[in-house]
Order: sequence, then C-alpha cells, then structure tokens
Amino acid sequence: MSGTFTKSMARNVFYGGTVFFILLFLALTFDSMQTLPKRDNRQALTEQVAHGKKLWETNNCIGCHTLLGEGAYFAPELGNVYVRRGPDFIKAWIQSQPTGTPGRRQMPQFNFSDEELDALVAFLKYSSEIDTNNWPPNVEG
Amino acid sequence: MQYKSQAVAKPYFIAAIALFAGQILFGLIMGLQYVVGDFLFPAIPFNVARMVHTNLLIVWLLFGFMGGAYYLIPEETETELYSPKLALALFWIFLVAGALTIVGYLTVPYATLAQITGNDILETMGREFLEQPLITKVGIVVVALAFLFNISMTVLKGRKTAISLVLLMGLWGLAVMFLFSFYNPDNLVLDKFYWWWVVHLWVEGVWELILGALLAFVLIKVTGVDREVIEKWLYVIITLTLVTGIIGTGHHYFWIGTPGYWQWWGSIFSALEPIPFFAMTVFAFNMVNRRRREHPNKAATLWALGTGVMAFLGAGVWGFLHTLAPVNYYTHGTQITAAHGHMAFYGAYAMVVLCIISYAMPVLRGRAANPNKSQVLEMWSFWLMTVSMVFITLFLTAAGILQVWLQRFSDAPQAFMQVQDQVSLFYWMREWAGVVFLIGLIAYIASFFVKGEQEAAAA
Repeated sequence: MSGTFTKSMARNVFYGGTVFFILLFLALTFDSMQTLPKRDNRQALTEQVAHGKKLWETNNCIGCHTLLGEGAYFAPELGNVYVRRGPDFIKAWIQSQPTGTPGRRQMPQFNFSDEELDALVAFLKYSSEIDTNNWPPNVEG
Repeated sequence: MQYKSQAVAKPYFIAAIALFAGQILFGLIMGLQYVVGDFLFPAIPFNVARMVHTNLLIVWLLFGFMGGAYYLIPEETETELYSPKLALALFWIFLVAGALTIVGYLTVPYATLAQITGNDILETMGREFLEQPLITKVGIVVVALAFLFNISMTVLKGRKTAISLVLLMGLWGLAVMFLFSFYNPDNLVLDKFYWWWVVHLWVEGVWELILGALLAFVLIKVTGVDREVIEKWLYVIITLTLVTGIIGTGHHYFWIGTPGYWQWWGSIFSALEPIPFFAMTVFAFNMVNRRRREHPNKAATLWALGTGVMAFLGAGVWGFLHTLAPVNYYTHGTQITAAHGHMAFYGAYAMVVLCIISYAMPVLRGRAANPNKSQVLEMWSFWLMTVSMVFITLFLTAAGILQVWLQRFSDAPQAFMQVQDQVSLFYWMREWAGVVFLIGLIAYIASFFVKGEQEAAAA
C-alpha cells in the first residue's frame, strides 16, 4: 500500500463501508419480510404444526438430519420426507427404531404418543410446502 | 509479562486446550459412527456426540478469545485490567456452566434436559449449534456482558489502539448477535433466517474482527514491524470482511423459503469473501518478511503464518467451491459443507487461538519463548494437525462429490443411505486422518511439558 493511504483513511473506509452494508442488509431483510408471507407457508401454521416443531427441537432431530439442507449430514434430508415417504411410512419408521441391524446407523426410540407422531408429521408436511426455489433437486433430498 | 493482570489469561488458555481435546475425542467417535453405525449406541447416539463436538468447539474458542483479550488488552492499553478478580470469577462460572451443560447432554435424554431446564418458558433449544439449555444461554449472556464490561472499562482508562478497538467491536458484536438465539418463532423460515444472524454473522462477520485483532497483535510482537503499518492492514482486512460478509449472509438464503433474489446477492458477495482471507495471508507473510527483529518464539510465527494460509484455504477456497447458487443447488447440505466447515473452523479460529496461546503462554510462564526442544515438538504438532486437517477436508470433499453425483445429479438418483454405503471408504480415510490429528494434539499438549536448557532466558 502506498504512503498516501494512511491508517486514518483506512479506518474511515472501514466505518463508512460497514455502515453502508449494514443498512443495505437491513433493507434487503425488510423486503424479504414483506415477501415471505407468499412463500413461507405460514397459512398452514397450526397449533399442531407448532407442537411438531417443538418435538423436532426438543429431541434434537437436527443433530443427525438436515431440514431444508441445514443440520447434520448423518441421516436423510427431512424437508421433503413427507413427499418422499408419506405420513404412514414416517410414523411407522419412527415407531420401529432402532432397527438394531449390526453396523447400521441407529436412530433412537423416542416413545412418541400417537398425538405426538401426528404433530411431527404435520410439521414435516408444513415444511415440505415451503417455497424453497425448487430445492432439493430430486425427491431423494 | 508487562502487566500483572495479564496472568488471568492463563487458566483461560488451559481450559481452552482441555476442551479442545474433548472436542477431538467426540469427533473421532462421530467419525467412527459414520462407518460403524451402531458404535456406542444407545449410550452416545450420533446427535449427542455431534452436539458435544460442536458445542465444545464454540466454548473452547470463546475461552481462547477471552484469554486472548485478557492478555492483549493490558499491553495494548498500557494499563492493568479493570478487575482481574472479576475475570477469574467469570472463568470459573463459565467453566462450571459449560461443564454442567456437557454433562447434561451426555447423561440425560435431550427432551428431558429441555424440560428440566425451562425450555417451556422460552423455546430456544434444538437448533444446530444453539442446542444449549435456556439457563446456559442466559449464563453465556451474563458472562459475556460482565467480560465486556471488564474489557471495555480497561480500554476506556488506557491507550486506545486500533487493535484493541477492533477486538472490542468484534467481542461486542459477538455478544449482540448471540441475542438472536433467543428468537425462535414457530415459522420455520423466520427461525432459519434469524438463526443465521447468530451463526453466519459470527463466523463470517464479527469473529473475523477478533481473528484480525489477535493476529495483528501477535505479528506486531514477533516481527517488530511498525504499528501504523500493521493497523492499516487490519482496517483494510476487516473492511473487506464486513463489506463481503454481511450481504454474504445471502448464501444461506438460497433454499430456505427466502426470496429468489438472494441467489444473486448471496452468490456475488460471498464469492468475494475469499478476498479478505487472501489479504490476511499476504499480510502475515509480508509482515514476517519485513520483520525488524528475530523473535525467539518461532512456533508462534509459524502459527501466525499458518492461520493466514489455512483460513484462506478453508474459509476462502472451500467456501467459494460451493457458494455460487447454481453449484450450491446440488451441494447444499452434503459432505461438501462438512469439508468446508472443518477446514474453515480449524484454519481461521482454532489456529488463531493456538497462535495467541503459542505467543502468550511462554510469557505467562516467565520466558520470552519456550526452549528449543519444546518449540520443535510444538511445530511438529502444527504440521501433524494441519496436514491431517487438509486430508480430512480432501476425503470429505471426495465423499461429498460422490454423494452429489449419486444422490443429486444423476438421472436415477439413489437414496441417502444407499449412497452413504458407497462412499464409506472415504469416511474410513477421514477417520484415520482424524487419528493423526489426535496424535498431533497429543504432541501439542506434550510440548508444554518439555523442558530444556533455554529455560533460563527471561521474558
């Protein structure tokens, strides 16, 4: 860097640049918030879906699975599992864990009630109907 | 040691290294579970091991940042810490709270832990990296605020350098952005949108300010280059960081329900995110080449150069690999992400903490540098850990490319577990690279106990 570019100039560029991009980010965030009602499937948010989300969280499902591609990469994507497998399969699968197959990755048994299983399925159905710009590329997630 | 109160950094550094060791052990457990799926099941299911692995990482880095701040701030401000006693009290509070949280993860089912720790009052748990119980999160905020009070009061009464101001901005930013971890709406898209305000704006935002400040401090010390030059570089680097990184958040807003225009904003700005890391590498090498003194601590210089290079490779290059929306459409949430995560966290944050420890710990132990034999072992550990991390990243990248090909890109896409079985060879190689990393870590810890003839050299 040449001698004419001083530390105080660098500092001013830092403050100016940072403030500008924070404001731009806030503006984009504001616009996103206006657009989201058309995309995020909020009309489907029922008590049951909220309960399902709570079960999803309090059993740390994200510790193995991804949801809309975010989470751990140890077990399948579940954002579209409702489309891939359907409600009955999902419930039966959760109930039959762990498989106990030697050497295979194991999912714990969570002892959910029927009502809780329905809530989880409702949450996964809601998740699958979010407008994700067509992600994932195919049904396998 | 120029200021007595710098001594409070020592327990922070020791705790950081101990927790780092714990993180690696759980990493090896998870790595094995990838190929021997029922290993330690049901005692330690994968999700528990992962939570311990990632949370220990965050906590040991925070210990390192705080220790680094306590060491650096008195020297930069040319005054004793506002309250060394507060710093020591916070150390024990943070350590005990962190340990209890980990014990909770390991001994109680997560749902039970949520229930007994008041998750029903405010539901914040069960989101990636923010799994901590509500009381732990509140504890983190309290400790962070008390820590910031201590550091800020010290800066206020002393000399105000660019390094200390940048560090302070980074640390305040860290605390402020963490507050978004308390916002968890039922709406999944909103939840994810603001979750990234903690995660992305930490690691690709304010943490880089902390990284830059720590690195600049060590470079001033080991090279003797003029402060004006180094601080100018620091401002340029953090400008590039925030100009690219803030809008760069958009690369997480491609497929989570957010508007499509983020694909443009996110792709363009995050494609520029390697630039600040490249500048950091050039900066580190430039300053070392222009050094005005031969500092006896060769190991610290090596860590400083390594931080620049590995942060550029891990965060910069491996981030760029999958950050463009058309690429990310296929790679999102695959082993490519895991590969990037590993090298970026190691190269940027683990290494900068090890760098400040490498510089400061000998001084805290009453000498300018460790004896030669100890430094040689530390440099061995540098190469063992760094090279094995490169291989971990390469193997995960290979696994990720195959996964994308078989599961996402193919005309006849295969199911997740079917694909996982086919790439298991790479998981095995990753695990062996992890074992080498552990050997490097053992060598690193051992280097603290190597004695030698230069020990008499005073600080």
